[in-house]
Order: sequence, then structure tokens, then C-alpha cells
Amino acid sequence: MANTAALVFGAVSKTFVAGGMAVQALDAVTIRTEPGRVTGLIGPDGAGKTTLMRLAAGLLAPDAGSIEVLGIDVVKQPLLVQSSVGYMPQRFGLYEDLSVQENLDLYADLQGVPKRERAARYRELMHMTGLAPFTRRLAGRLSGGMKQKLGLACTLVRPPRLLLLDEPTVGVDPVSRRELWGIVYRQVRDEGMSVLLSTAYLDEAERCDEVILMHQGKQLGQGTPASFSEPMRGRSFHVSAGSIGKRTLQGRLSAAPGIVDAIIEGEQVRVVTAQGGMPTLPEALAGIEGLDIRPAEPIFEDAFIATLKGGQAAVTQPVADLATRSVAAATDDHAVIEVKDLQRRFGDFYAVKGVSFRVQRGEIFGLLGANGAGKSTTFRMLCGLLPVSAGEVHVAGLDLRYAAARARGRLGYMAQRFSLYVDLTVLQNLRFFASAYGLGRARARQRIHWALDGFELVEYANVTSGDLPLGYKQRLAMAAALMHEPDILFLDEPTSGVDPLARREFWQRINALAESGVTVLVTTHFMDEANYCDRLVIMAEGEVLAEGTPADMKARFRNEQTPDPTMEDAFIGLIEAHESAQQGSAA
Amino acid sequence: MNTLQRVLALAIKELLAVLRDKKSRIVLIGPPIAQLIIFGYAATFDLNDIPLAVYNEDRSVPARELVARITGSPHFRLITAIDHDEQIAPLINNREVLLVLHLGPRFSEYLKRGKPAPAQVIIDGRNSNTALLTLGYLRTIFTDFNIEWSRQHGLRGPPAELQIRPWYNENLLSRWFIVPGIVGLLTLVITTIVTGLSVAREREAGTFDQLLVTPMRPIEILIGKSFPGILIGLVEGTFILLMAIYWFEVPLRGSLGALYLGMFLFLLSAVGIGLMISSLAVTQQQGILGAFLFLVPSVILSGFATPISNMPEIVQQMTYVNPLRYFLVILRGVFLEGDSYALLFNQYWPMAIIAVVTLAVAGWLFRHRMN
Amino acid sequence: MTPMAAKRMRLRGMVRKESLQILRDPSSIAIAFVMPVVLLLLFGYGVSLDARNVPLAMVVEQADANTASLIGAFRHSEYFDPRPFENIQAAQKAFDLREVFGIVWLRNDFSRRLLSQGDAPIGVIVNGVDANQARITEGYIQGVWQTWLGDFARSQGVELQVPVVLEPRIWFNAAVRSRNFLVPGLIAVIMTLIGAMLTSMVVAREWERGTMEALMVTPIRIGEMVVGKLVPYFLLGMGGMLLSVAMALWQFDVPLRGSFWALTAASALFMLVALGMGLLISVVAKNQFVAGQVSIVITFLPAFILSGFIFQISSMPYAIQVITHIVPARYYVAILQSLFLAGDIWPIVLSNSAALLVMMLIFLGLARRKFHKRLDA
Repeated sequence: MANTAALVFGAVSKTFVAGGMAVQALDAVTIRTEPGRVTGLIGPDGAGKTTLMRLAAGLLAPDAGSIEVLGIDVVKQPLLVQSSVGYMPQRFGLYEDLSVQENLDLYADLQGVPKRERAARYRELMHMTGLAPFTRRLAGRLSGGMKQKLGLACTLVRPPRLLLLDEPTVGVDPVSRRELWGIVYRQVRDEGMSVLLSTAYLDEAERCDEVILMHQGKQLGQGTPASFSEPMRGRSFHVSAGSIGKRTLQGRLSAAPGIVDAIIEGEQVRVVTAQGGMPTLPEALAGIEGLDIRPAEPIFEDAFIATLKGGQAAVTQPVADLATRSVAAATDDHAVIEVKDLQRRFGDFYAVKGVSFRVQRGEIFGLLGANGAGKSTTFRMLCGLLPVSAGEVHVAGLDLRYAAARARGRLGYMAQRFSLYVDLTVLQNLRFFASAYGLGRARARQRIHWALDGFELVEYANVTSGDLPLGYKQRLAMAAALMHEPDILFLDEPTSGVDPLARREFWQRINALAESGVTVLVTTHFMDEANYCDRLVIMAEGEVLAEGTPADMKARFRNEQTPDPTMEDAFIGLIEAHESAQQGSAA
Repeated sequence: MNTLQRVLALAIKELLAVLRDKKSRIVLIGPPIAQLIIFGYAATFDLNDIPLAVYNEDRSVPARELVARITGSPHFRLITAIDHDEQIAPLINNREVLLVLHLGPRFSEYLKRGKPAPAQVIIDGRNSNTALLTLGYLRTIFTDFNIEWSRQHGLRGPPAELQIRPWYNENLLSRWFIVPGIVGLLTLVITTIVTGLSVAREREAGTFDQLLVTPMRPIEILIGKSFPGILIGLVEGTFILLMAIYWFEVPLRGSLGALYLGMFLFLLSAVGIGLMISSLAVTQQQGILGAFLFLVPSVILSGFATPISNMPEIVQQMTYVNPLRYFLVILRGVFLEGDSYALLFNQYWPMAIIAVVTLAVAGWLFRHRMN
Repeated sequence: MTPMAAKRMRLRGMVRKESLQILRDPSSIAIAFVMPVVLLLLFGYGVSLDARNVPLAMVVEQADANTASLIGAFRHSEYFDPRPFENIQAAQKAFDLREVFGIVWLRNDFSRRLLSQGDAPIGVIVNGVDANQARITEGYIQGVWQTWLGDFARSQGVELQVPVVLEPRIWFNAAVRSRNFLVPGLIAVIMTLIGAMLTSMVVAREWERGTMEALMVTPIRIGEMVVGKLVPYFLLGMGGMLLSVAMALWQFDVPLRGSFWALTAASALFMLVALGMGLLISVVAKNQFVAGQVSIVITFLPAFILSGFIFQISSMPYAIQVITHIVPARYYVAILQSLFLAGDIWPIVLSNSAALLVMMLIFLGLARRKFHKRLDA
């Protein structure tokens, strides 16, 4: 038995029919994972990760190929497989109206865990997940991270021999993410469990024993994370320049030939080149003083981007000049957004308690926080979507309570899920928003033209928006929010669920807008994206924990163990400090 | 100018959103036609082929003639002839027949001697309405028989005769009553469903926030969102109207203008209620449930199938806030009674008031019901 | 652990989970208990075919003792509310404004012809728009007329010569109360709605909340899932059912002439049919929104129109009569109306129960077959 592979896919194909079109979700995928290891399934949106998971769990039947789980043919004996695997779907459906204990009991019953073994197993799981104090709480009342941990506990109530986890860390704050990984590794160590885990966070790939890279239903490679990143040695660099900002530098580098990828990492720009060695780039780097180029330790993400993009330049096409007019340069000190002692109460619960900050013109300002930290509530109040309980909000110099319609005319808003009218075509959506913002006929025509060109939507103009690929939906949502050339752009988790390639493109556009003087306010839970902000606040439990530039934040947590702390380190540090302070005051 | 443009844009968008989705197109077309046909044919109080058993112990000519008059009527159908008492109960109990006509052995003897000859009729009263109607048909046949018998045998007829004339629906066809009502019923259902989900759907998709951050004012959103409901209601209403006139051949005697004025006011109030439900509902699920909770009582308490005047006083007062109540009067008034504007004034203004109130509340809810 | 023990444990887990969810979710309690009460009250009082106090315009062109006695006969009838009018024009105006439902018109030669030729016409106009109401009113008017004729003949000391007298005996509902037949029918309509609504969303809800995917990967069998879901909702539905029967008996004073046990057994059978229908909708729809809409359209309206609850099935066009055979409420309405008003009429109860049994097997069988542990099948 020990030599039986945990999971074997032999040339598995699976096609779905959606909207009259056949979509090849998996194309002749062949995989073999060894027992007792954590295998990461990595790929952008639409790579076929979820389909693969469901096939392994016996929830789907393959069109062609064979699947063996723990030596059992899934197609022939799905029930047998289902009694020895644990599967946590993307949204683990906890019964929110049942308590933590009742959810556990249900899965123990369904998995046939004998009554006498339960007490010990429950104790162990509750201890591991830190849910012990909450066993009687309804699952619906748990935080996002706790729900995810409970979902995992339910899946583990009878230790499965193979654990399938579909994007278990999506939408989970960094602290809970760390804990989830802890639990997974403990299972592998203690129970000898095999784990297959899919993720969209590329940094998590490094934590896996082995990685399977997928793209558009095809398997691009399988190996240890190092086996992917090692060939990149000599192609990864850190570039920084004292004389110009990191965003400008990144913009120039990503347009340069021979550069596959250029992203902001900390205070530097991380560059991946097409061939070994750093090209000289006389054009892109001309006239930059204090340029500092150093080889960087290759990481999985470098390999991922390089593999997916092949040899293409970082930006496939130059991002069209998005800013058609330049907002007056930020010479005056006048804040564009000013928030003073903002409060929001729901019943006797304070979702936001006394938040204050100022945002200058042309700044990219970030709101960071875990689920339930109050960032969305704050954000909604700033857009005028939620009445303010107490405090002041000035947006574009207008008090939202009195001049809401006028203030709204000057801001653009992009909601979390790219809220578009899915039944309308791209063109119909754009036309509608042009009219909704009261654009004149000539200007509307010009702006629609601009949107179709600038966001490369021309060929999709008559496609129903609901049928667009996710990345294009995001573009359309952004174009719609920019129809009226707003002074301020509000972005609510603009990149959640979007794959790393689309995220890069998106941030390039945002940078260009900010350079032209548009003020951008953004919420995100991707910690690495916080580096794109000029300044940011970190929120927890409705309060601002810290405000400053990303460099300031990280500097506060520099110590011997972590000489170069990441934004995630800073975030976790702040949350932990806040929690211990609270416990201190409570004691 | 801007307002007009924005409202128009929203109205067009709303209409496109409803019509471009295949599922909602089906919902708009399929059920109304099916319901129109089923209601039109099935929802009738007129009785045909009432199953009948005859227990005739008197084989004389007059008795046979009376039986023939009944069995010859299109309302009745002879199932069986029986010959003793014990057969009656099982036939009625098992619903094989609705009534048994019993003529005693001395029926013709009484008749010839000029004494009142009893004709016993046993009716299944499990459906009291059917029982009463059956009795009504029988009475008419018996009265005709009596008058003719009296004339033939030189007897004195009754000193006073009833001359009953039903106006507006001379043959008392149920269909003439039900089918115009369907125009009101179906336009109400369609309009409530279309508008009842319009805000909830946007809320679920997150587009309502997107709409609220544009410079649109609640009143503009309100007008823009009302438009498709009214337009679709008018189109469907017109279609059912045409079906009523040409397919079901219900006479249209009054002013079409008066009918459309009523329809417009009715749609406004239905849209108002739909939007109110919609802005209260967070999910489409709740929107559907809300629409259902509104539709069921408003159909029952409208006078669609059973008269309002039969309801207890307190229930009758509840019907005053039901727009369908007024529109049904307009529909039947215009179709059958040939009414025009003046006679319907008392139906117009309550609907106008309901429309103003519900639309105002809906507009207020748009902005004040967030989270 | 033996496979049987494991099966029992899974089944118990499912039943307990569903029961807990019912207890926690006020909406299913509301659907099972509040909705029948509200709907029964609403329908019970709102739907009535018994005309009472019908407003009638009385136009008497020349008043005397004879006209007074006729008007008096109308006044004494509980069905009418006679209102005097000066002349026919005034009465017609009130008629047009729908203030009165009909007109009784006694011309100035009424008494003369009554006493001489004996062919005095009593002009009656009724509003025929609502044909049913008009027919019933006509019947009542005829009743008043016949009573008055008898009284008049007696007062004149002559015998009224009526060749044939109709002697109706209405069985099971001598007072011809429409409520007695409407309320049992309503129970069928309401139970169809409640049964289908309770279950139509339970499977769809699991799909939408993502719990189904997690459930499907456990060793649970589809049959266990179906039974686990049915048991608690069946008990809940029967609770609502009992409440409705209690209301029929005590709130609406409908007699129960059949046996309570026959009623319970038939109701249990029907409840399973309704739950099975809801389950099937839910399994096929996979989406609460569609499931809710479909369950309203395909269960409620047919139960209302095509079950024989209010409209006589035998009077419908043949094609529609055929369709009524697939409406489960049709069979249940027949059972209920007989059990309540007529007693244990076994041929009716048994034949309709057999039809319900067949429908139950079909619905549950289909739900079981359509319910796969595969996402793509």
C-alpha cells in the first residue's frame, strides 16, 4: 500500500458546454502524486484547477482518461473513494445555521466516525483550529478565517488518506492563512496524509513539497518549487533608483524590451528578463541616476510568469494613454478625501469607530484589513452608499451629506465583483454609464471610443458582458467607472479572483491614472499589492491600527529574524500587537 | 435635459436587461399564454353535462315528457335509470351522479287531478355552488313545463309572472365575466414580477451600488425603473385584450380610451407596489416571496372569482387598498356594460392615490435601505 | 462498524441536521404554521359564494297592499336588501353606478292585472356581468316569488294550481353553505403550496450555499439524503395539516363526518406527494429562485383552478379535463370534500388514494433518479 500513488490522472480530458460553446476544462492531463506529500495545484483563473479537484473527488466523470485515487478507480467506485478522501470545496458549505459542534456532529455521522472515538478527535481538532471556545457558536457568526478552519476541521473529522483542498486560503486574512497551513502540515506529519491543494497565491507555492503548474486546462509542469525557480537564476533582478519613484521605474521597465515581468516588491522593482543577464536598456533607463541593479533570489512567481508569458514583453501592448486630460498638478496641499472621526453603527455594534485620514490628490491610498475589519463599511460611506452615523467625510471638497449628487458626479466606483449588467453587451453597458453620468452626445461617443480602444475591448463590443472572461469583465468595469473622467476612483478589492497576469496589467493602468493626477482609493487583501500604494491604513475591528507609507509600515517590524520584512509580516505584526494589547487591557 | 437623458438611458437598460435574458423572456411569454388558455376555459361556473340519474316510478307520458325535457337540456346528461330507493345513496355518495330525479308512482295521477305533483330531487351538496346552480337550471325547466301544462290543460297559471332579464350578459356566460378579469390578473402578475425583482436583482449583482454612485437621483431611478414594467404591462395587457375580443369573443362595448386610462393607472400602482417590494427585498428570493405574498391576497380579495360583496365587512374594507379591485370593475364595465370615463371616475382616483403613495415610498426606500 | 450501523448513523445525522435547520430558520416554521392559518383565514372569509343582503332596487309605480306584500317578501328574505326608488330612471342610474345589483319593477297596472287576468308581470333586471352571482340571485328571487305566490293565494282564499312542484333535498350540506365545501378544498390547495414550497428550496439551497458539494463527497447515499430530507419536512407539514383541519372544524364550523384516521392517512399520502413534487422541482432547478417560481406556477395555480376545488371539473373542455388528472390536488380535494361532508365513502377515498400513491411513487422515484452524486450528470 505504501507505494500506491495518492492520485494518478492518466490523460484525463473534460469538456463543458457553456453558453453554446464547448470549453475544454482539462486537456489530456497526466499527473502522479506520491503519498505523504503536499502537492500544490497552481494556475491562473480558468486553468482547470477546480475541475481537476472535482474529478478526483468523484463529483465529475472524465470524458476520457483514467483516474485512480489511492489505487481505486474513481469512475467505477466513487463511493469507495469518497469514504477515504476528504474534500473541501472552494466555498466549503458550512451550515451557517448550525453551531460549530453541530456541524462537526453532522460530518462525523456522515463519515461514520464511531461515537467513542469522537470526543478525542473533536478535542484535537478544536485545539488545532483554536475553535475550542466557540463550539456552541453558530457557524454563520464566525469570521471568514474561522469558517475556513471549521470547514477544514469538518473535512478532517475522520482523518482521510487524501485531502483535497480547493483554494482554501482565498479571501482569508494572512494570520488565518498561516494557521491553515500549520494545520495542513501537521496532518501530513502526524497522520501521513496526502494533500492536493489548489491556490491562486503564488507565494503559497513555495510552501508545497511539489507543484503542478496548469494553464488553460493544460498541465505545464510538475516538480518541486525549486525545480521551477532554479532555472530562473540569473534572470531575476531587484532594481531601484534613488532619483525616481518605484512606480515610475516599474512603468518604464515593464515597457522595455527583453523584460518579461516587472513588479513592485517592497521598495524595489523586481524584474524578470527574457534571457539570462540584465539587458542594458539604454532607452528605458536613460537619464536615471542612482540606478541599482542586483541579482535577486529566484522565486516561483518568476517562473510562473515567465512560463505563462513565454518570451513576450512585460506589457503585451503599451497601455494606451488612459488619462486624456491631466488633472491640475498636485501643487496645493488640499486633501481630496478628508475623513474625520468617522463612525458607523449597526444597532449597538460599531462597525467603524472613529476613523480619520486624509488623501492627497494623485495619491494611491490603500485600505487594508481582514474580513470584518470595517474597511468595506468605511469605503461604502466614502462613496455615499451608506449613511454616516457620526463624523465628517469630505470628498472632492464636498460634504457628502449635503451635496451627494454633485460629489458622486466626480467619483468613479468599481465594486468588488465587477458589477456590470451581465445581460447587456459591452457597448450597451458603456452607453448606459455614459448617459448615467450625463455625458453629452459628442463626449459620450468620444469616451466610448476611448474605452473600447484603451481597454482593448473593440472586438468584444457586441459580446454579452456576462460571457466575457474575468479579466475582460474587470477591464469593462474599470472603463465604466472612468467614463466621466472622475477626479477620484474608488476600487473595492479590484483584483480578488483575478489571476496574476491580469493583476499586473490592472495595476499598470492604475499607476498611469495616478500619474495623471487621479486620486485612487483602494481596498485589498493582497498584501503584496499594498506596495503599489503611496500611503495606506491598516484597519482591525473598526479602528485604524497604523497609517503611513508601505516603507514606514515595514520598517516598524524590521528586526534580526526578519531583516527585510514583507507587508504581510507587518500586517501580522500589527494585528498581533493589537490583540495582545486588547487582552492586556481586558485582563 | 440631463435628467431626461439619464432616465431614458436607465429605462432602455432596464428593458434590455429583461428582454435579452432568455429565461425572463420565456417567463414573460409562456406562463401568461398558458394561464390565459387554462383560465379562459377551465375557470367557469357554467355547468354542462351534469351527471343525472332518473328514478321514474311512473311510466306515464307526462312523466316521460318531464324527464325528456331535463335530459334533453345541454346542462344535464343521463347516466343511468334506476328502479329502487337503495340505488340512490351509492350513486350520489360515490359521485357517479350529481343528482337523482325521483318521480313517484302517483305522479301523473296527481298531475291529472290538478293536485301539485311532487318531483323529488336529491342533489349532492358537497359543492354547494354547483348544487345551487343545478337547482336553478331545474327550476327554469320546471317553470316552463308548468306554464305549458297549464296552458294545454286550461289551468290558471300563477297570478304574477317573473320576467327576469339579465343585463349586459344575456346568456349569463361565466366566460364573459372571467376573461376580462384575466386581463387584470395577468398584467398584475407580470408587472409585479418584472418590477418586484428589478432592484433585488441589481442588489444581488452589486450593480445597484454602481447605480447609486452615479449622479442619478432617486426620482430618476424610480422613473427609469417604472418604465419597463409599465411598457411590458401595456403590451401584455393589449395582447390579452385582443385574445379576449377575438379568441374568446367577449363583446367590447365601451370606450377603449377609458379602459386604457384605467390600465395605465393600474400599472402605475402595480409598479409602485412592485418597486416597493423590490427595494425592501435584499435577495431575489425575498423579492419572489414578497411578490407572492402580495399577489395571492390581492387576487383573492379583488372580486376576480367571487364577489367582494359576499365577504365579511372587515374584509371588504381591506379590499379598498387593492388596485386590482378597481381595475376589474373598469375592465368589466368597459367590456360588458359599455362604460365610459364618467361612470368610472370612482375607480380611477383610488388607483391614482395608491400609485402616488407606493411610488413615493419606493423612491424613499431606494436610498434609505442600504445594508 | 457494520454497514447497517453506518447507514443508520448517516440517516440520523441527516435527519437531525435538517430538523435543527428547521428549528433555527423561522421561515420554514412560518411556511408550515403561519401560512396555513393566514391563507385559511384569508380564503375562508375572502372566497365566498353565498350571496347575502344583495342590494335590490324596488320600483313600485303604484303602491298598494299587493305590492307591499311582495316587497315585504323580499324584505324578509335574508338574501336581499331592498331599496325603494321613485321611478325606473332613478333605479337604473343606481344600477349603472353598481349601487344595486338588480331592479324589481312593478308597473302601475300590477295590482289590476294581478287581480283580473292573473298575468301580472314582475319585471326583474339583474346585472349579468358576474354570471354565477346572477344565476344564484335569480334562484333566490324565484324562491321569494314562489313563497309570495303561495301566501297571496292563501290570502285570496284560492288554491294555487301548480302542476309539478320541485322538492329539492340537498344532501351533505342542507344549508348550502359554500364555506363547507370551500374550506376542505382550501386545505388541499394550501397543503400543495406548503408541501412544495417547504421542499422545493431545501435542495436548491444546498446547491447555492455550496454545502451540497461537501455533502456529496461524504459516503452518504442519495436514497439516504432523500429520506433524511423528507422525514423532518413531512412531520412539519403534517403539523401544519393538523392545524388546518382544526381550523376548519372550529373556526369555520365545517362538519367532519368521516373518520379522523382516514383523513390523517389520506393527508399523509398527499403530503408525501406534495413534498416529492417540491423535491423534484428542487433537484432539477438547483437554484432557489427558479425553484420558488416554478413551485408557485406549477403547483399553486393548477391546485386552485384545476382541482375541482371551486370550478366543476366535469364542466371543463375535454382536453382540460385530461390535464386535471395530473394535478395531485384533484384527488385530494375529492377525498377531503367527501370525508368532511359525506363521511367515509370508501370507493372515493380508496380510488383517489390509489391515484395519490401512484403519483407519490412517480415523484419520489423521479427525484431519486434525477438526484445524482455527480455535478455534470
